[in-house]
Formats: sequence, C-alpha cells, structure tokens
Amino acid sequence: MNDTSPMGVPSTGLAQSAISARGLVKTFGKLRAVDGIDLDVPRGMIFAILGPNGAGKTTLMRMLATLSRPDAGSATVMGHDLVQAPHAVRAAIAMTGQFASLDEDLTGRENLVLLARLWGFRGRAAKARSDDLLAAFGLSEAATKQVRDYSGGMRRRLDIAASLVITPGVLFLDEPTTGLDPNARKDVWGMIRGLAEAGVTILLTTQYLEEADQLAARIAVIDHGRKIAEGTSRELKAATGSGFLHVALADVARLDQAATILERRLEHPVQRSAEGAELSVLAGTAKAANEALAELVAAGIELSDFSMGQPSLEEVFFALTGQPGLGESRKGGDKP
Amino acid sequence: MIDSTSLQRLQSVARPKTPSALSNALVFGWRAVLKFKHVPEQLFDLVMTPIMFTLLFTFVFGGALAGSPGEYLQFFLPGILVQTVVFNAVYSGMGLSTDLGKGLFDRFRSLPIWSLSPFAGLMVGDILRHLIAASIILTIGLILGYRPEAGILGVLAAFAMLIAIGFGMGWVFIVLGLLIRTPTTVMTLGFTFLFPLVFASNIMVDPGTMPDWLRAIVEVNPVSLMTTALRGLMAGGATLGQVVLALIAPVALTAILAPTTLWLYLRR
Repeated sequence: MNDTSPMGVPSTGLAQSAISARGLVKTFGKLRAVDGIDLDVPRGMIFAILGPNGAGKTTLMRMLATLSRPDAGSATVMGHDLVQAPHAVRAAIAMTGQFASLDEDLTGRENLVLLARLWGFRGRAAKARSDDLLAAFGLSEAATKQVRDYSGGMRRRLDIAASLVITPGVLFLDEPTTGLDPNARKDVWGMIRGLAEAGVTILLTTQYLEEADQLAARIAVIDHGRKIAEGTSRELKAATGSGFLHVALADVARLDQAATILERRLEHPVQRSAEGAELSVLAGTAKAANEALAELVAAGIELSDFSMGQPSLEEVFFALTGQPGLGESRKGGDKP
Repeated sequence: MIDSTSLQRLQSVARPKTPSALSNALVFGWRAVLKFKHVPEQLFDLVMTPIMFTLLFTFVFGGALAGSPGEYLQFFLPGILVQTVVFNAVYSGMGLSTDLGKGLFDRFRSLPIWSLSPFAGLMVGDILRHLIAASIILTIGLILGYRPEAGILGVLAAFAMLIAIGFGMGWVFIVLGLLIRTPTTVMTLGFTFLFPLVFASNIMVDPGTMPDWLRAIVEVNPVSLMTTALRGLMAGGATLGQVVLALIAPVALTAILAPTTLWLYLRR
C-alpha cells in the first residue's frame, strides 16, 4: 500500500482509468448474475450503472469493491488488480452499500470514530475527523444520538460521511437514494455532485432513470447481467432514435385500441405512462408518425395532445430492454 | 449541507499511517465496550437464566439431590458457571447474524484492515460478558453460602478457565452466525445443540446413578470435563490432567473453527 498518496494512486499502472474491467463474471448456482461485463470509468467522473432490480448492478459493484470474488474476468481499480491486490484496492476505495452499513446501537459520532480509528487516526485526531465529517454533512446536532433514532435521510448522510473518513479515489454508491423522500434525495444528489467536483470518482447504481440523467456523465445500462448500452445520456437517447411519438388520449377507455393501432402501424413496442392516457412509441420518420396519427383519428380516437421529440431515458431503457422502467422512476419527474 | 469549502477541508487532512492488526482488533473491542454502554439490558438476558437455575436447583432439588441446599450449592455452583458461559456464546452468534444482515460487515470488509479483527472484537465483547455474568453468579452464590475452598487464587484460575471455555465455544456460534441469516434460528439451533450437552453432563448431578450407557457418554462429554476441572480449581485439588482434559475442546474448536471463520467470511 502506498501511504504517501492521498488517493491511493500507485506510481505505475493505468494513469487515467479509475476502474477498468474486462469480462467480469459472477455466477450464483445456475444464475449468471454478471455475465461478462467490460467497464471503463475515467478518473473524476460520475458514472451510473442503470438497470432494473436483479439486473446484476449490486453484484457488479460488490466485485469491484472486493466484497465478492469474480468467477472470471479481471479488473483494476485505481490501478490495483482486484484479485491480486485486494488490500491495495480497499485502501483506495470506499463503499456505501444499499443497506445502511452503520451500527444502530452506537451514536453517529461513535460510528465515525470507529471507522476513523480503523483507518489509523488516533485519539483526538479520530474525534476531530469525525466532528469535521458530522459538520460537513449537517449532523453535528445529532452527533450524540444513537443511529437507531436517525431518519432515513440522516442515515444516508451518515453512511456517505462514513465513506469519506479517508477521501477515497473511487466512491461506490449502491442505490444511494432508494427509499428517500424527494428532499433527502436532492440533498444526496448535491453531495454527490460536490464530491465529484472535488475530484472523487463516483460509481453509482440506480434504478431511477432520472437520477442517472441528472448526475452521471456516462451511463451503462445493464440487464440480465449484461451491458446492453453505454454512453452519455444524450448519446443513449440519440441511439434510440430521435423520432419518438408521444400521444395523449382524451378518452382513457380507448387506450388499448390506440396502443394496438400504433404498435401495428409503427412496428415498435408501445410504452404506456404510469398515469395512463399517454402512449410513447418509436416512430422512425415523421411520415410514419403522421400516418399513424391519421389512422388513430380515422378510428375515432380523440387526441388531447401529441408531439414528436427526443426519448426520455425511460423510453431509452424500454427500447433497449423491452421492459418498462420502474414505477418510482416515473414519479421521479421524467419528461413524458 | 456539504459544499466545496467543507469538502476541501475534509480532503486537506493527510492520510494517517496504516494501523497494526492489533490496533484494528482493539478498535473492535472498543466497539464491544460501547455496546455495553448503549445496550445494558443485554446483561439481563445473560444472567437471568443462570440466576433462576441457581435458585431453583439449590432450593427445590438441592435437599433431595445432596442432602441439603447448602451442600448442593457447593457442588452445583462451579457447574452453573460453565453452563452460563456456554449458553452466553449463543448470544454473540445472534449478534453476529444481526450485524451481517445489516450490511455493517460489508463496510468492514471493504476496509484495508486485518480480516479477522472484527471477530477479535466480538471475542473481547464475549469475554467481558462472560466475566460480568460469572461474577454476578458467583456473588449470588457467595451470598447463598457457597465457599470456594481454594480461595481467591482458585477463583482466579477458575475464571481464566471460563474465559478459555467461552473463547472456544464462541467460535462455534461465530460460524453459525456466519452461516445462518436469521438470528432466531441461530438461537434455536444453538440451544438445541447445547441443551443435551449441558444436561447430559455432571453439572447438575453426579453421574453415579445414571445407566451405564449414559454414564459413558457423560464422562466423555467436554462439558463434564470442564465442570470437573472447574470444581477442582475452586475447591482445591485440581490435577493437571483434569485441566488439560477440560482444555481439549476449547483448543480444538479454536484450531478448527478460527480458520473456518476466516474462510467463510472472505468467501461471502
């Protein structure tokens, strides 16, 4: 381990990549949870892994954080080999898991002092470090409360603070805002942006399309253990095609009929909005969209609104996986 | 809320020197001590059963078993100390199972620390629990009229033996805690395994009146060997052979299960 470098950067190795993975595989019995994933995350970037529940996001992240050994493939994190030098990887990373990795019986400060001591801060330095972290995360007043009495948002903040006892080279965040209310979620987003500005590479998993869209410079979409697309939010949207037709019906009862017509006419799966009465479908060309609209009108289906435009990330995800995104992501404010 | 100024301040602190394995283990020991401070009621669970056993056996069965409650207590007290320590080990397995379910150990495992140090900390907590529980039971015994004939040195030697027993048994439940996700299953399984071990021993009665086949089992039961040695240490007259026999099980359990623990923990 290299103690002189604050970021755990070795003097040799890949200079630019924070994470570089080739063909990572993890199987559980017959299930190939991660089925050959390549990943390149440049330093200082917020990189999102987007996918539904059970896609293999957490398994992939646990492998990269040395918590689970890959069955095949290789990877380096901050230039250290995952399998050959797990200790060096651990010295360069921090992980905030999906479930609060805090000791509920201890106070917020005691949780941080415990970790500070494990990292090598002694006595007064450990306490000072903890108090700085508590202050930075707005938890000073709750410092002497037991974590069991914390709200969900406070736990999340303390959990992220616990990952910054040593400023890591790479910070892994597994579904950082799952289960948080909208305000707490915005707080966490603010923190993540702040950390990235300070130069920390962040790899986060999310099932919220809006979260990936808002935060990440690059997004990898994974499903069934495979990476099915990767790029910036703009690139993903462009790859799906810009000709997305959105229609809103005046009469919800005609939804099924309208969906059938659009699907037959445009030969792409139709996605319904959660609120109902709205349909989105890849149209290809404006001409095809026009003809489809004409057929809806001819069938006597009244439209309250229609538009052509860029797909939302949710629609991208739908086009890539053939599955609708998750319910909560729709409520998250994705553009229809 | 977090801003770039406070972040830069956080980042400006130099990374400290990598601590030693011993230092890691002591930090986890400190965690165990904090648990006593924040969850003192755990001691209630630990000492209530042995206190009830002591009172029940001494006053209800004591006269019938040994002629008088006083004589029985003299025989029974060292045994109940062994039973207390053996049963207490179950609780640390439950605690570990709970911790693992919460993702706390994922954080520990992602730190560059000695892999076994969290378990060393659990052991520190266990040993403290054993010492506190055993002291409470001994105090009650002394109030009821128990007299350790070997004096203070005998008691100290007996407590050292209890720590060794607790340490060995602790690994059994650490392994169970690692293998089983539900804490209550750890408890049920633990007591299912421990009840025959504790009752088919010489803790409560002299095996002289048991049928031959059972006596054969009781005489080689590690709990009996531990109890015999502890009686000897507290009453005086323990032989080296008795002490060695009592320590076989704890030493063997540690030798087999400590590496198993590490393997299971790293494999997860």
